[in-house]
Amino acid sequence: MSENVAVIGVGHSKFGTRKDVNIAELCWESMRPAFETANLEPKDIDFFVVSNAGMWSSEAAVPALIAEYADLAPKGSMRVEAACASGSAAIRIGYTAVKSGMADIVLVLGVEKMQESPNPNVIELIGRFGSYFWEFENFGLTFPAYYALHGTAYMMKYGATEEDYARVAVKNHYYGAKNPYAQFQREIDIETVMKSPYIAWPFKLFDCSPITDGSACAILASEEKVKELGIDEKIWILGQGVGTGTANLSRRESYTSLASATYAAEQAYKMAGIDMDDPTKYLDGANVHDCFTAPEIIAYEDLRFCKRGEGYKLIREEQTYIGGKIPVNIDGGLKAKGHPIGATGVSQAVEAYKQLLQKAEPGRQADINKGRWLAHNVGGTGHYTYVTIYGLEKR
Amino acid sequence: MKEEIKKVIEETGFPIVQDEKSGAAQWVDMRELRLSYIISVENIKPFYEGLKEGKLLGTKCKKCGRLFFPPQKDCPSCFDSDIEWVELKNEGTLETMTVVFVRPPSFGMYDPYPVAIAKLDDGPKILAWYKGDPQQAKPGMRVKVQVCKRKEGYVMYEIAPA
Ligand SMILES: [Zn+2]
Repeated sequence: MSENVAVIGVGHSKFGTRKDVNIAELCWESMRPAFETANLEPKDIDFFVVSNAGMWSSEAAVPALIAEYADLAPKGSMRVEAACASGSAAIRIGYTAVKSGMADIVLVLGVEKMQESPNPNVIELIGRFGSYFWEFENFGLTFPAYYALHGTAYMMKYGATEEDYARVAVKNHYYGAKNPYAQFQREIDIETVMKSPYIAWPFKLFDCSPITDGSACAILASEEKVKELGIDEKIWILGQGVGTGTANLSRRESYTSLASATYAAEQAYKMAGIDMDDPTKYLDGANVHDCFTAPEIIAYEDLRFCKRGEGYKLIREEQTYIGGKIPVNIDGGLKAKGHPIGATGVSQAVEAYKQLLQKAEPGRQADINKGRWLAHNVGGTGHYTYVTIYGLEKR
Repeated sequence: MKEEIKKVIEETGFPIVQDEKSGAAQWVDMRELRLSYIISVENIKPFYEGLKEGKLLGTKCKKCGRLFFPPQKDCPSCFDSDIEWVELKNEGTLETMTVVFVRPPSFGMYDPYPVAIAKLDDGPKILAWYKGDPQQAKPGMRVKVQVCKRKEGYVMYEIAPA
């Protein structure tokens, strides 16, 4: 049993089109810095978890593959999948393993090599993350289309515009340009978004996160180990909530909110001792799941950064830039940093570590006064949501 | 592609090509897998019989009256599988919609298609292709569910303005 669980080391690969490496090499690219920041070696790991959605890439036995490549055999392992929230699911496995006392040090690795398959195949495979039989087989829903159904509902209900959605992309590219690990390191303007071709109305190409190769790694340790190893630089997992949504979108109550996200947020806030009525008072910043632009705005509301129907005003008033009410996705988000499905949740943990310990690159370091960072990671279209709160001080 | 790779093997001895953008060496997988599933509809056969007659059927728990669409054969509220098939009102209101421009390759034979979600007057919601002008569609407008014939030759349901 460990009362508290810390993140003691992190690593992040360059996200993007990574034709220069195979899967194991891509994994090592984030594992090595994670070992180095934790000052540990593979032999110190008790258990490891790999989040990887797979299908588009050749190797399925990724834990075994990296056990071999990185000298982790014969330690226990597991591959987990929760669509785009796989990375947070892996963190949950690691967290519960340490918390329960089953392991003292757990390595959590998220990896995805999506570009081993041609783009059309990837588009087809991601579209199958909902209800395959009732919504894909006959109606050919794609991942953007699932979220577009929400984007449309939100615009119609609250009067947000496609330009408001574009503003999210502009912000995330602004910060992506300052993140050397991001897939897109260039700024864009609203016009770039508005002039790009439609993918699934109201979303255009620049409303969408890209198809990405990448890996991210976090090493978790028990409170006792942190003491024993004398680790100064670490952050604590203060709380995590997880929710599940229905497979069919037609079984959902609302299309302007993700029920799994509001559920997960409430759990996480409660666990971390954060006032649900005013969570931004407790947070220095957040990473939210901006697989498309509109879901970032919906996330503001599901996470209670503002009232229902006012999320688009937050971005319109630039309140989610550094210096605003709460900085969001200042690593570029999924939109500009890239979205390697299995790695995204772990990448958010890496960002929480960097932000809280003030190690972010110039121009994208938030002011750290409250010592807490939030990560919101959605699988499918609210089919799963994980909300994790990280902090400098343990509870 | 296949022919190209054959040529590359003949010339270089391996199925290794240079990535167009980065120039990095890539092994081109020689093994190809085509996926197509066989999915049981044994317990929802009446749904298809109804559709053939132009009716939209759902299931209803005989014990508690809960309505299910898509139909399911078990009621988790009652732990009961005593269900009946009922015809759903084929009218309702539009909830939301999109137009899918970039289609999955397996839908390549179709033009960009509008998709809508409607709430039927009976309560259940339904997602289907929308037959009508998406630019005229507004949440709350009256719609109906009707049967249509697919390019593949089978019948399916679609949403259209009422
Ligand atoms: Zn019942």
